[in-house]
Amino acid sequence: MRKPIYLDYSATTPVDPRVAETMCRYLTLEGEFGNPASRSHAFGWQAEKAVEEARAQVAALIHADPKEIVWTSGATESDNLALKGAAHFYQNKGRHIVTVKTEHKAILDTTRQLEREGFSVTYLDPEPDGLLDLAKLEAALRPDTILVSVMHVNNEIGVIQDLAAISRIVHPRGILLHSDAAQSAGKIPIDVAALGVDLLSLSGHKVYGPKGIGALYVRRKPRVRLEAQMHGGGHERGLRSGTLATHQIVGMGEAFRLAREEMESEGARIRGLRDRLLEGLSDIEEVYVNGDLEQRIPGNLNVSFNFVEGESLIMALKEIAVSSGSACTSASLEPSYVLRALGRNDELAHSSIRFTLGRFTTAQDVEDTIRLLHEKISRLRELSPLWEMYKEGIDLKSVQWAAH
Amino acid sequence: MAYGTKVLDHYENPRNVGSFDKSDPGVGTGMVGAPACGDVMKLQIRVNEQGVIEEARFKTYGCGSAIASSSLLTEWVKGKTLDEAGQIKNTEIAEELALPPVKIHCSVLAEDAIKAAIADYRKKTGKSDSADAA
Repeated sequence: MRKPIYLDYSATTPVDPRVAETMCRYLTLEGEFGNPASRSHAFGWQAEKAVEEARAQVAALIHADPKEIVWTSGATESDNLALKGAAHFYQNKGRHIVTVKTEHKAILDTTRQLEREGFSVTYLDPEPDGLLDLAKLEAALRPDTILVSVMHVNNEIGVIQDLAAISRIVHPRGILLHSDAAQSAGKIPIDVAALGVDLLSLSGHKVYGPKGIGALYVRRKPRVRLEAQMHGGGHERGLRSGTLATHQIVGMGEAFRLAREEMESEGARIRGLRDRLLEGLSDIEEVYVNGDLEQRIPGNLNVSFNFVEGESLIMALKEIAVSSGSACTSASLEPSYVLRALGRNDELAHSSIRFTLGRFTTAQDVEDTIRLLHEKISRLRELSPLWEMYKEGIDLKSVQWAAH
Repeated sequence: MAYGTKVLDHYENPRNVGSFDKSDPGVGTGMVGAPACGDVMKLQIRVNEQGVIEEARFKTYGCGSAIASSSLLTEWVKGKTLDEAGQIKNTEIAEELALPPVKIHCSVLAEDAIKAAIADYRKKTGKSDSADAA
């Protein structure tokens, strides 16, 4: 069977062959397999050198100092370390945290845990375009607020939050700013000083690096303190114990180095493909783009095909690997909480598809996708009683539905 | 999620898709579910004077299992009396299609749809009890 067209780059990316080749050199007896913490022999020294080079490469992409990078197992762990670590360290200063309803579960589930520990958390609603109203953020801040966490780019709709403006609001009040940048690193420029973030979570596998590796940027000037969440041998200056996974780390380093070199030309190419995809869908009736189209990363297109249910569309599009905002595919039958937070009605939230394009997406992939979508949307609409009612001019909102 | 072969077959080749004229006195229409819940089923039956379902049609907005459940139902009710069709249980549909636990509600919706269609037909013909098939 021919493999489907992969348009789910926000879920994960394939490891770039150049990255894989680098990683292979840090595994076997012939390679540098040493423990970077071994100080007594050359095996350890060589591994440590590789780890520090990778640290510099990751730091370079976000314009940070290498000493500000802490290795973790991925963005989820980085989010946990940032939120729990800062909350626990600064809890005598205050116990209030502000975040947004459209954050990734790695943030929302962590703040739920902090609430169980007695912290108070405010969850802001984004505007219908997915962006944060800064006046609402400002109004939510309290004298006991210690931390604000706002993701740089949303994983479902790809919108970019204005972190620089947010930091200008929170910093004068002595509040820390954390951002999950798993979906922005390697896609748009990041300068931690210009953005004014104190803590920034990064992931390897969203940037053509391996899974199982991530990093947390922790500002040094002024110094941000965290309470460690993983205890042991005191690695990473005591912030995250555990033997460093050299091959994963060099993989993330090489991936970030490539991203820094190629981001600009790659972004332009991917934007062209994304715009062509949107243009190709524009002659289908009742198609809605979710989230702001301007303040958005190049590779994301999230659209709702009204009157077609998302899971059945994904099933119809078996030649294309995409994801649905409708979470029927998981055990819960809830539509996307992100789209709901934008104020999208249930039908549109249930009918959304996320297309995310990336480094290996071709123009042919996009043309095939456009053709398949036309075919499948019209087939599913022939099956849809809602489409039939819409075509008869019935206002679906006027119908008394028997909710179940 | 991996689908069973029977769900895939009904999804790829749905049986009896379409609509009858709702105002036809011989037609019963059942519409169940809600867009907010992610599934809406419309099931229609054409009933002859002996109270036997001659034909059925459906349209479904919902996941593959919901489409398959309603497609299967249109095959099952054809040739049955209203009483017989009203006896179809969601568990039989779920078993036939090998629905996983998270999709059982699709079969429940299908059972509700045939019951609603039968009730609509009986309301139209003024025969509220189930003795019409005699």
